[in-house]
Amino acid sequence: MAHITYVEANGQSTTIDLADGWSLMQGATTNGIDGIIGECGGSCACATCHCYVDDLLAGVLPPPSQGELDMLENVVAERRPNSRLACQIKASPALEGGVVTLPECQE
Amino acid sequence: MTAPGIVIVGAGQASVQTAEALRAGSYEGSITLLGDEPHGPYHRPPLSKAWLAGEMDAAQLVMRAPEMLARKGIELRTGVTVQGIDRDAKTLQLADGSALPYTGLVLATGATPRALPLPGGDAAGVLPLRSRADASAIAERMAACIEKDLPIVVIGGGFIGLEVAATARKKGARVTVLEAAPRLLGRVLAPVLSDWYASLHRGHGVQLMLNAQVAGIEADATGVSGVKLADGSVLPAGLVVVGIGVAANDQLARDAGLECDRGIVVDACGRTSDPAIVAAGDCTARRLPDGSLLRLESVQNATEQGKSAAAALLGQERPFTATPWFWSDQYDRKLQMAGLSMGADTWAVRGDMAGGSFSVYHFQGDRLLAVDSVNSAKDHLQARKLLDAGVSPSPWQAGDVSFDLGGLLK
Repeated sequence: MAHITYVEANGQSTTIDLADGWSLMQGATTNGIDGIIGECGGSCACATCHCYVDDLLAGVLPPPSQGELDMLENVVAERRPNSRLACQIKASPALEGGVVTLPECQE
Repeated sequence: MTAPGIVIVGAGQASVQTAEALRAGSYEGSITLLGDEPHGPYHRPPLSKAWLAGEMDAAQLVMRAPEMLARKGIELRTGVTVQGIDRDAKTLQLADGSALPYTGLVLATGATPRALPLPGGDAAGVLPLRSRADASAIAERMAACIEKDLPIVVIGGGFIGLEVAATARKKGARVTVLEAAPRLLGRVLAPVLSDWYASLHRGHGVQLMLNAQVAGIEADATGVSGVKLADGSVLPAGLVVVGIGVAANDQLARDAGLECDRGIVVDACGRTSDPAIVAAGDCTARRLPDGSLLRLESVQNATEQGKSAAAALLGQERPFTATPWFWSDQYDRKLQMAGLSMGADTWAVRGDMAGGSFSVYHFQGDRLLAVDSVNSAKDHLQARKLLDAGVSPSPWQAGDVSFDLGGLLK
């Protein structure tokens, strides 16, 4: 379990309890957080769950796979050094207190 | 009593996309989603993979939380079967005897797996994979097979069958795949890739039988016990998964007199032959400029047609003309396809086929038609850009990893 805060492009902030093993994409779409689409259902195939992770998350997350890095090249919003795909980030206690910021658009 | 608004028959990917696109397009009337399953919209792609492997729970499969739909003013009604469309009265007849009026109607009815048209094809344990319930039934029987060391037989070497085979091997089941054609994925892949996938599955311990002729299913009191082949031999099986394609759910449209041809015929904007009715997703057959019909069954097709259909109902033109793309996950290999390789006469391989990271570029003459990439998302994304722009590298440029294909786009 981890408390994750999503900050949408309009500034709205929502904190949810994310069960271990859930992806940040699943947490967003099932909790009514706009700004994450997740068209492909979490298969790392559509690049519509782009997010920016904070320093805390960046410090504890395993680095993105080659497949995720390649898909990140296709995101519609600006790609930054802290860009990740939310479907590839799985919750665990190490993520406690993490904050992700969502881009203005996904497609 | 609220005024009739837009009614969407179906509650899958295309339906959700259409509903959300209507709201994004500032449509303020009512939107009603009618789903015939007992639960709301969910993601189908994981059904043959993580869901089947028992790595996800039902809540993780949910596409949009009910409160999220409600907040957008999208009413979801589950367990509803639509029996007919009265186009003159602009009314739907529901199975409970009630009538539901509409001002605009979206048909996003999906598709139904083809049943095995053979003796015993309806035995217990002979299962298709389309819905969450289907996948759960397969998972349950698969677990029993693994426990009793009973083999699993997959009929059909297409994407669904091969993804199920890969998941079953991952779970430790004994798996045989039967394919009637001389090669796997024959309708969609070039022979070079069919052979590569055959090796991949054999390497993971799948027993693969090509040119297999199934004569029927043998069953006992507990359900399926084996698959009988045309030569009289019987393969023991505790579970048979049937993946031999789907048929578009176009009966409702057909009964209402809409033009249908192996699917509800739509134009690039999702419009049917009735101006008040649009259609999107697996149930459609899209009329191309040359008059031919294109049937696609994919997430992208559902979402793009959903957006087009929503725009059409709002009186806008938003044709779906982008390069088709698709993906399939088997073992640790992700196949990503861009374009349609039908009609290709030349191909070139880029990358390391033996190492499992490569792309196959399909050409008709000098023109690039499609690119199939395995564990090469970069090639895939670039291919979508090349195909969208109508830019063709030459086959030797495509096959030369030292040649920068991205440079052609600048």
